[in-house]
Amino acid sequence: MLAELPAILMLVGLAAYAVLAGADFGAGFWMLFARRRRASLQATRDHARHAMGPVWEANHVWLIFVLVVCWTAYPTAFASILSTLSIPMFVAAVGIILRGASYALRAELDLAPGRRSIENVFALSSILTPFALGVVIGAIASGRVPVGNAQGDPIASWLQPTSLLVGALFVATSSDLAAVYLAADACRLDESHLEDDFRSRALRTGVVAGALALAGPFVLRADAPRIWDGLTRDGGLAMVALSTAAGLTTLALVARRRFGPARVSAALAVAAIVAGFGFAQQPELLPGLRIDQAAAGRPTLVAIAVGVAAGAIVLVPSLGLLFGLFLRGRLESVSDASTLPDVAPAASPDRPSRLGALPLTCFVVGAGLLLLADVTWARAVGAVSLLAFAWPAFVRLAVVADE
Amino acid sequence: MNPTVETLAAAFAAVDQPQLLAARQMQALSFAVHIPLVCFGMAFPTLVLFAEWRWLRTGDPLYRALAMRWSKVMLALFAVGVVTGTILSFELGLLWPGFMAAFGDVFGLAFALEGFSFFAEAIFIAIYVYGWRRLAPWSHFLSGIPVALAGVAGSFFVIAVDAWMQHPSGFALRDGRAVDVAPWSALFADPFLWHLWAHMYFAAYVVAGFLVASAYAWSVLRGNAGRYERIALGIALAAATLASPLQLLIGDWAARDVARHQPVKLAAMEGLATTTRGAPLHLLGWYDGREVVYGIAIPRMLSLLAFHDPDAPVAGLETVPPAERPPVNGVRFAFQTMVGIGSLLALLSGVFLWARVRTGRMPASRWFLRALVAAGPLSVVALIAGWVATEVGRQPWVVYEIMRTSEAVTGAPGIPIGFATLSAVYAALAVAVAWMLRRLARTPLDPEARRAR
Repeated sequence: MLAELPAILMLVGLAAYAVLAGADFGAGFWMLFARRRRASLQATRDHARHAMGPVWEANHVWLIFVLVVCWTAYPTAFASILSTLSIPMFVAAVGIILRGASYALRAELDLAPGRRSIENVFALSSILTPFALGVVIGAIASGRVPVGNAQGDPIASWLQPTSLLVGALFVATSSDLAAVYLAADACRLDESHLEDDFRSRALRTGVVAGALALAGPFVLRADAPRIWDGLTRDGGLAMVALSTAAGLTTLALVARRRFGPARVSAALAVAAIVAGFGFAQQPELLPGLRIDQAAAGRPTLVAIAVGVAAGAIVLVPSLGLLFGLFLRGRLESVSDASTLPDVAPAASPDRPSRLGALPLTCFVVGAGLLLLADVTWARAVGAVSLLAFAWPAFVRLAVVADE
Repeated sequence: MNPTVETLAAAFAAVDQPQLLAARQMQALSFAVHIPLVCFGMAFPTLVLFAEWRWLRTGDPLYRALAMRWSKVMLALFAVGVVTGTILSFELGLLWPGFMAAFGDVFGLAFALEGFSFFAEAIFIAIYVYGWRRLAPWSHFLSGIPVALAGVAGSFFVIAVDAWMQHPSGFALRDGRAVDVAPWSALFADPFLWHLWAHMYFAAYVVAGFLVASAYAWSVLRGNAGRYERIALGIALAAATLASPLQLLIGDWAARDVARHQPVKLAAMEGLATTTRGAPLHLLGWYDGREVVYGIAIPRMLSLLAFHDPDAPVAGLETVPPAERPPVNGVRFAFQTMVGIGSLLALLSGVFLWARVRTGRMPASRWFLRALVAAGPLSVVALIAGWVATEVGRQPWVVYEIMRTSEAVTGAPGIPIGFATLSAVYAALAVAVAWMLRRLARTPLDPEARRAR
């Protein structure tokens, strides 16, 4: 069980990434492919761009989470996957750089020339990245990554039907999720034109994504029989059924403009696909490498469990706070400070006193320990003493500058 | 006992990779792009929070204008840091699968913990930067504190991995693979960790402080010497000029730890071929394979600095076979660059602090401002040179005296193509970031802040 725990954590991370980052990828897709309908093209693009503003970095971190858990818990599997699939992984990496950089750049470029081309770079990389990552998953699922340092074919391992299917599926589910979420955001903002536009987009891409998801198993039966077997029995089958039901529910909810519940069911449809992949993939991670063989030793696995539990204590409430503020529309880009809440001016000028004897003593102690002590802990105490001097000194230096 | 250890060891046996150097350069490039952004992640949130704290204390809207503008810069640099950091994590597997397969279970934990601090940073930076309007002033200030803490915590975890690579422990070796792994003690009970982290912590304030000071000094030289610029310059300078002289003390600590634990690296930094009692220190010059030529020798200085004893013996490169020595001139040049620039920055800081404490005001000399304009980029050069000295000085080992870099590298083809592509992307990124920061600097201040200045 301990050997499988990190794999479960990775699937949770992957599902969160597919839903949350997926919706951000899809927003990029709509910046490129949205035609002018009821709302203007620029309004559509701006709506898609603003919708992910505060959350895209946090959403991206799920990918990092999956990677670090993978290389800590299943180091040989990680090394095999990355070395054999170096081309799609590198393409995804370049996509991630271009996407993050163009998004940060675009945020500073209101009304400047060149913003359109930056938006196009952003949109293209928002399609390229999920496709490349889907290709990677498809190669793993179809058993084309042998154990070892770059032991698989550098091209044929990923240029095959399963990979192309999963890549296309990731792009399609992302676009669909984004359309649902953008319609929901437009509804909250009372932008009825945008709401109508994204509602019809959500209906159409929902049908496309559903068709791909249903056609998929038949590609898998020919190309990746092991996964086909896994998806047609037990847990795998249950997840396929759940995903189908959630997808149909989403279509019905969107059609009736019940966007709040549609957010949930659309996310469930995508997460169920990831869970189904998890069921179908076990017990072998890579050909000839069962999960328990790939897993790190017990102390490392326990350490991951402890680390993740400790991290969750901090992160779950923090993520709750972020999405709570975000979904209630309380996070916004502010450019004009004059409309912000003020604080009362201080009655008398606030000028700190001279640096006291204590910080100066800390400086002498710190320097002395660092120069004379021979053991690490004493030098560390020395460094802390220097900080105890540096902070009060910084406050005085930085404040008296104000004259 | 895991029955697959032998088969896995065979699957990840060393490969013949003709492009090892390109792989190393690609990794080095990615690192050099990322590390200045890390400095901003570690140090800049504190400066932003300081400006906001001043606003809360004084009610002076100029401080809020400054904090708001800086928070936008902070977010943009964080966004770029997110993606350049992601590339580094991809490259661990893309370029060094042998290393990851053998030791991922030993050091990976630190990256998992770093992932969580990164998560916290991403969450709270969003709340902070997008929360100026809807959060109450003090709540807003508090939402920035996790950003500052997470930046520092994240650096701690990543540096724990580097310290482990320099001074590995916490596992036993069987067939070139780690067994009996003790991840917590391997990472966090390592004496090498503390000086590396302290050195990086102060470096972050030196680099972020001088780069910000550089930008405002430039602006003042061009005639924008308003109150806004002077306050911004004052905050950045306070951080940089305190951190630079203190960094000398931390650097001394680092040098003595390297002398004790990695004598060959020290010999390469100093170009010392034979083990010498009362070894001299050479400034400048060139290592010709036997000794430093055309340099300025200071007798006994190396023994004094490395062991605080002018007669101490210092191990030379001869203590290990030639195949286990790092490239001497590259390491030596990088080390001298770091120390040289670091000393100049400390000197500049000393001049500033002396004038500042004595007269109570900022030095107004144009030469001082010009020196500040140069200090920003120079501090980045020193930062990268320092990392080159640390990591190239570790060669030929990826895990010091355990695994060679050539045993870690991927067997996949096409490394030069990846390297060229990444270079082009990063060149474009550098232009884009410079242009973005310039544009941000030129945006006029909002009317209220202008009235206040």
